[in-house]
Amino acid sequence: MTATPGGLLLVAAVLVPFVGVLAGFALGGRNAQRVAAVTILAGAAIAAAIVAAAPDSGGTLVYLLGGWPPPLGIALRADALSLVMIPAIAVVILGIGVYARADFATPEGVREARAPLVFWTLLLAIWGALNLVFVAGEAFFEQVALELLTFAAVPLVSLDGKAETLRAALRYLLYALSGSIFYLLGAVLVYGTYGTLDIALLGERADPDPATLVAAALMTVGLAAKTALFPLHLWLPPAHAGAPPAASAVLSGLVVKGSWFLVVRLWFDVLPGVVTAPSAELLAALGAGAILVGNVVALRQERLKLLVAYSTVAQIGYLFLMFPLAFDAGAAALARGGALAGGTLQAISHALAKAAMFMAAGLVYRGLGHDRIAELGGVARALPLTVLTFAVAGLALMGLPPSGAFAAKKLLLDAAGMSGRWWWETVLDVGGLLTASYVVLVLAHALARPAGGAVEPAKPVSRLSELAALALALGSLALGFAALGPAPFDALPKPLAAKEFGAALVTLTGGAVLAVALGRKLPPLAAGGGLAAAVRRVTVPAGAAFVRADGVLRQWPVAALALMLAAIAFAATMLLGR
Amino acid sequence: MTDAATLFGLVAAALVGLGVYALIVDPQPLRKILAFNVIGAGVFVLFGAVAHRGAAAGWGGDPVPQALLITGLVVAFAATALAVAVLLRLHAETGSATLAPEPPPAAGDE
Amino acid sequence: MIAALNAALAVLVLALAVWTVAARSTFAATVGFVAYGLVLTLVWVQLQGVDIALTEGAIGGGLTGAMLVAAAARLRDTEASARAERPGLALRIAAACVAACVTAALAYAILALPEPAPTLAHLTADNIASTGVANPITAVLIAFRAMDTLLEAIVVLFAMIGVWSLAPDRAWGGRPGQPHHADPDGILAWFARVLPPIGIVVAIYIFWVGADEPGGKFQAATILAAMWMLAVVAGLADAPPVSRTWVRLALVGGAVVFLAVGAAGVVTAGAFLAYPDGYAKLLIKLIEWALLPSIALALALIMAGAPERPER
Repeated sequence: MTATPGGLLLVAAVLVPFVGVLAGFALGGRNAQRVAAVTILAGAAIAAAIVAAAPDSGGTLVYLLGGWPPPLGIALRADALSLVMIPAIAVVILGIGVYARADFATPEGVREARAPLVFWTLLLAIWGALNLVFVAGEAFFEQVALELLTFAAVPLVSLDGKAETLRAALRYLLYALSGSIFYLLGAVLVYGTYGTLDIALLGERADPDPATLVAAALMTVGLAAKTALFPLHLWLPPAHAGAPPAASAVLSGLVVKGSWFLVVRLWFDVLPGVVTAPSAELLAALGAGAILVGNVVALRQERLKLLVAYSTVAQIGYLFLMFPLAFDAGAAALARGGALAGGTLQAISHALAKAAMFMAAGLVYRGLGHDRIAELGGVARALPLTVLTFAVAGLALMGLPPSGAFAAKKLLLDAAGMSGRWWWETVLDVGGLLTASYVVLVLAHALARPAGGAVEPAKPVSRLSELAALALALGSLALGFAALGPAPFDALPKPLAAKEFGAALVTLTGGAVLAVALGRKLPPLAAGGGLAAAVRRVTVPAGAAFVRADGVLRQWPVAALALMLAAIAFAATMLLGR
Repeated sequence: MTDAATLFGLVAAALVGLGVYALIVDPQPLRKILAFNVIGAGVFVLFGAVAHRGAAAGWGGDPVPQALLITGLVVAFAATALAVAVLLRLHAETGSATLAPEPPPAAGDE
Repeated sequence: MIAALNAALAVLVLALAVWTVAARSTFAATVGFVAYGLVLTLVWVQLQGVDIALTEGAIGGGLTGAMLVAAAARLRDTEASARAERPGLALRIAAACVAACVTAALAYAILALPEPAPTLAHLTADNIASTGVANPITAVLIAFRAMDTLLEAIVVLFAMIGVWSLAPDRAWGGRPGQPHHADPDGILAWFARVLPPIGIVVAIYIFWVGADEPGGKFQAATILAAMWMLAVVAGLADAPPVSRTWVRLALVGGAVVFLAVGAAGVVTAGAFLAYPDGYAKLLIKLIEWALLPSIALALALIMAGAPERPER
């Protein structure tokens, strides 16, 4: 293995943000924000340069650190997957950086304030750690990258210092650490078996022997715990809902993608021949559980930020649906193709849309002084841009054309049709309907007449922040135009075809019906109130049952037990499936 | 000397199991942090056993996993320190150290 | 003889782990954990990992143990409420079952590891000459896998920023932890005067021989941090305010030098973190000298905790 031209850019993508952390921290005070601004621009340029350099290197950039080739040294590698993630993350960081200027400016008359210094340094820290996750060519190195990510993410959760957010941070940290230690345990077994942790070498050598199977199960659940894949999601809703909005956008849009990316690496690149069809179905089944429970519980929330957080629980589920669809029965291995492209596109569109949605929710909170969904009446007049952002991000999340999620869904459906797994199509459609339901519910409240006269914003919101959020939401909505781009996206249906709008109308109407049936509090209904009341006598208790089940699953002992049971289940499905 | 590696490898498996049990059932967060460290020590001992199995070139162990272990120990220390700091701050703020969320305010449907 | 010693160590480690898990009081459990760490250092020696034994003794048992014991003492009043939350019998039985399953699966995997074991020892031996150091672990840490070590220094800094982020806003920029007042003629103060000079000498020795013998910067930094903490606890020294410029510069200094040497390698040796021929040992020493104070300070400040006393 040798380095390729432009490989040094990978080192820069990781280390430039870290140098920003060191410089911002050492210079302190207002300089932290200035350094962050410069670093974000430099990092975005590096991301662009990496994309530009890829064709000259045959599509994969490689760098050997210290000039030492694996297995003795460590390689940095950016394949097609990394080359998509790096620029996408850079765009989201840029948007969040612009948005957060209003929230995290050091106040006048103070040399240095805690929250701004911590936010700006850790924002860069998360960026560097994510880039490291995308380019690290080795499993232990990935572990260090994940820890960097966790240590940078946890303080953002408890940035406001309130008891509830401290508790959320502690739950997050303890559960994430449990996940890391199982990942490390798996890596140790892998080293003991193959004498290397280099991903490319392992991809050639890995066999389904006992130690590798145990390692695969442990590493998979360790990463799933860090990604908050249902039912291992106990930490996510309070952590993502309690953080300041810019931090929530980072956590929900970006941080969970790090450990998800490593699951993809592990299954597609390290162990493609070790994982089996049943184990892939199990992973996707957990994803389906996430979509159902996450979405229904989101619909039953009273607060906007918690609704958005539960929506993330559901969206994480989508990211795992691709695994069985990518399974090539002939080769008995996972294969890169349309399903993986669909899953990746889904991750990117979610990163953009979810960051935008949390930003919009934060602006609503700042403008109104609360985020109670039932009391949003009039906010569309007071903050039209922000409500528009929420609507656009919502359309993107539910997968309506021309959004990236729409294109992703088409790619996954193609893969499902080819492999005869029609039931995943149902999951995707039901998920879209449920997502539509809470978006419609929130918008109905936001557009409703306020209870007592017009609503004036309690505090002015920054126009720049509103525009940053809107830009990310529009970006996610426009991602479907990837269909006009290179393979495998060129096979996509054109997003503006008339029949797609018919399907979109069905989704929105279905969503509205579900919102009427299951929503927690409805805005005043124009007509059909009697029928709705009759339906709700049946459906509302069903929705409440989901909330109770979620409450049980999110208790620590149950969630910790679920972690171990999931490990056992993965080991079993990997054994049985061959 | 692979006897020692096998013996301590099996000890490591038992340490991980003990830690997992405590991690699930003990409600006190500090005990969970302890459990994390018990599991961690098990993982590290296993890595040490793997390194010892790879003894060659006149050394008593494969130096690569031994070096990774040192990195791992430092990372585990940093993780423990952060967790303890959050826990102590939570305690200072609330006087309690429970992980259980406060019950949500009861609110009916319309 | 050695087999009997190993068997005795195995039983002792397991017994201490059971104590740590099962002890009724959290304080007793943390004390058990410290003993567990000490016995593990003997296990490392038996596994021919003297470098790891030093690290485990210093960081695993030492710093981590001290931190957990201190935290347990502060959390004593929460014991009763925690016990009330203990899950029911059914859940405990389920937990015991899955824990047993995990141990069984691991044991099965460990017994199935290939024979002869794969190793990178030969590859390390073939290449160690170019690094100029004789301790293969140092060669791996600062030459073959230098990026690991660079990131490790950064991880410690992130954890410290995380600890600081927990400060109340009014205390930001101030000194970490509570002030310590000890009897200036008491036994603690006596230790705090006598031990640090010895500790510093030991730390520098461990650091100095690290290139060729077991030892190195992390172990030495831990000892330095422990000596400094002893002086703080005895009231002879105080933690510096976290807003001081020299504190910030000292904390990032090690990583900055490491990065600079790494970047210079791009020009002089053709790769990031590569060393030009003949200068490897010198540059490795330079990096270690730069990392030592930064890591010692970061570890000490992590132990001291979040800023709690506003600066006047």
